[in-house]
Amino acid sequence: MNFVQNFPCFSIVLCMVAGILSTPMKGKAAKRMTLTVVTLVTLMSLATLLYVLSTGESFIYTMGKYPAPWGNEIRAGALEALLATMFALVMLCSLLGGMDHIFRTVDEEKINLYFILTDLLLSSLLAIIYTNDLFTGYVFVEINTIAACGMIMIRRSGRSLIAATRYMVMSLIGSGLFLIGLAMLYDITGHLLMESAHDAMVRLVEAGEYQIPLLVVISVITVGLAIKSGLYPFHSWMPDAYGYSTISSSSILSGLVSKSYIILLIKIFYRVIGFDIIIRSKIVNVLFVFGLIGMVMGSVSAIMAKDVYRMIAYSSIAQIGYVYMGIGLATEAGMVAAVFHILTHAITKPLLFLAAKGLSDASGHKKNFSALQGSAFRNPLAGTAFLVGSLSMVGIPMLAGFISKLLFATAALGASSSKVLVTLVVLAVSTILNALYFLHTVVRIYTPTGAPEEFQNVHVRMSTGAAAAVSCLILLNFVMGLMSQPLTDLILSGIGMFS
Amino acid sequence: MSRIRDDYEKSLWNRLVRWVNGETDPLEGKMEMKPLRETEVVGESKYNPDSLDKEKIRQYLEDTKKNKGMQVFQMFYSLMSVALCLLLIAALLLAVSWLPVIGNPDGPNNNEVSARYIEKGMEESGAVNMVTNMILSYRGFDTFGETCVLFIAATCVIVLLQKKEETIEKESETDWKYEPRPDAILQKMTKVLVPVIFLYGFYIILNGHLSPGGGFSGGAVIGAGLILYVTTFGFHKTQRFFNEKTYEVVKVGALSLYSVTMIYYFYTGANMIKNVIPLGTPGDILSSGMILPINIFVGLEVACTMYAFFALFRRGGM
Repeated sequence: MNFVQNFPCFSIVLCMVAGILSTPMKGKAAKRMTLTVVTLVTLMSLATLLYVLSTGESFIYTMGKYPAPWGNEIRAGALEALLATMFALVMLCSLLGGMDHIFRTVDEEKINLYFILTDLLLSSLLAIIYTNDLFTGYVFVEINTIAACGMIMIRRSGRSLIAATRYMVMSLIGSGLFLIGLAMLYDITGHLLMESAHDAMVRLVEAGEYQIPLLVVISVITVGLAIKSGLYPFHSWMPDAYGYSTISSSSILSGLVSKSYIILLIKIFYRVIGFDIIIRSKIVNVLFVFGLIGMVMGSVSAIMAKDVYRMIAYSSIAQIGYVYMGIGLATEAGMVAAVFHILTHAITKPLLFLAAKGLSDASGHKKNFSALQGSAFRNPLAGTAFLVGSLSMVGIPMLAGFISKLLFATAALGASSSKVLVTLVVLAVSTILNALYFLHTVVRIYTPTGAPEEFQNVHVRMSTGAAAAVSCLILLNFVMGLMSQPLTDLILSGIGMFS
Repeated sequence: MSRIRDDYEKSLWNRLVRWVNGETDPLEGKMEMKPLRETEVVGESKYNPDSLDKEKIRQYLEDTKKNKGMQVFQMFYSLMSVALCLLLIAALLLAVSWLPVIGNPDGPNNNEVSARYIEKGMEESGAVNMVTNMILSYRGFDTFGETCVLFIAATCVIVLLQKKEETIEKESETDWKYEPRPDAILQKMTKVLVPVIFLYGFYIILNGHLSPGGGFSGGAVIGAGLILYVTTFGFHKTQRFFNEKTYEVVKVGALSLYSVTMIYYFYTGANMIKNVIPLGTPGDILSSGMILPINIFVGLEVACTMYAFFALFRRGGM
């Protein structure tokens, strides 16, 4: 066995150990350890990715001495390693970019607790990505939920407590439905390991047994995970949770946490239930319709938002809608587009949040639009970052967002005939709405006249860490926009490794 | 030696630099720019929000009697939520009625997985208690995750409720300060009961691999004993042997030893290296390899977490 194959397991356990050891530490020491660990995890995931690409096939790592289906195991393929690398990198950037905001908004004696939460959150994200066992997935979904909740409420202002309560209620409903689904799935298949459950599932479908429980299982699991990731009618917790927490939490929650549930859902679709059974069950059409509604409604709410953080948060609802629309197209191209958009959104949303924070720092920590007038001149790097992020979200060529919109449109042409026209029309409408609110903000921050007088001569520079994080995210956006072909090939081969 | 060009002021580069620095606006003079509308200017607002009676406003807003539409909406909302719940319950009950019969030997979940746990569990993992074998040895990663769930739940409660020690002592309007109650019967009974409860908790933990029980249940028993002690004798007396320092040392110690054990187990298991922890004879108190130490670590963690929940909700600190 190659030593590199240990890296997925090491990165999960390393994050947990870092979280445990942060308990007695002071805030600064915990910060240093967390940054080191996240960097290490990024490097190890990158090594795993390179290893998987060099061998050309996925590998299985038994957690302990018993092989599956008796013991636990994790599985790393091209898609898993790619997602782990990107997620760890985005986590690092979000933490670096929001570091001064963490130290400003969190009580001094609780800063180390913030890093416990981020460490365990990263470990759960990695475990959800790598897991090959349904119950392991559920355990880490729990850790993910609780850690995310703690990251919202650690700011301890009234609004963030309300936001955390809302988030917890919605998220626990989602977890509950997911758990009910898993229990029933175990009851009819007798397995928790993904491959064995899939084999049993194929036998059940051939024999025509337990069709009603199977339908309930599919719908309950899908709805549960859709609630947790904030698909349109279940989105009410998102604006508050993203708008009032400390900025690193907003970036991590919007960029990574809501995506991890979608990834788990895709894994269940492909590796447990089988994508053809999913298509036959028509649940994808439900996801498709709500994805389309979300794309429009999220943008409409974003246009009406009163402050920049809430606007970016509402925009997340629209982007989650895009992802579910891609899954709902029920083709492989649609799935590739959805996964590509997950990555696009994971690098762009943190960039926008960090940029908005930089702009609001240059405007006396205010976040309403009139205070932000001309703020791009007061903090040039944040202005550039906001510009790049906005253009990417709108879908301007050379940036990652353009490629995902192109992939969605191409995938729509290959989908079933009833979906083609409606997808293209809604995609166009949503793009125009995106442009409306993002470019409106961009024009405002680049308007030199009319800035509030007290900020006329303010000049703010981002700290070195934040500048590095923002530059890294801008660079990633360009890389994904200009060199998308290798990435889409990688995603395609990763999805191919699923079955 | 290079020198600044004569027409540097007008060069493209200089204009770009000045634009990036925010000194000039290339569109100035070329585009009509209107001043902002009056309402959007930030500044002194006409009313002072501090002078408003927020309680009165809140009461006015929540008074739905004046608002017919709101009343209808709330009625509709409650009806719909009840209907939705009933629908969900009906759907799930219907699905459950179609599930395989419990206890059927030919059912889908009586397969090779549980067969190996039952038949080979004792020989492979060394514990007489099959459930312990399964959760701590076969599916050790899941249980490690579950222990981390407890750890992070406790961390979140600390985030939400913990106050500084000085603030707690200064507070006057708290009821925990009236404890311990001068209740002779309670105190005498607690003195008798608490050692027995602790002893029983340790027994459950240490015999986790031999009889029903283990770290989670034994830890809960010890935690309950601590809570009984603190309600009877008060926080100041408890702090003499269990304060925040003890809590941190015990918890971090137990969890880090647990993770070291698990890393060793994962690494040796996956790389086919021989595990040097001896399994011993099944049935002995010192047997079952790593299961006994893990039970102890889990038990300590659970006991600490239980007590921490109680203390944080009651007092805001340990």
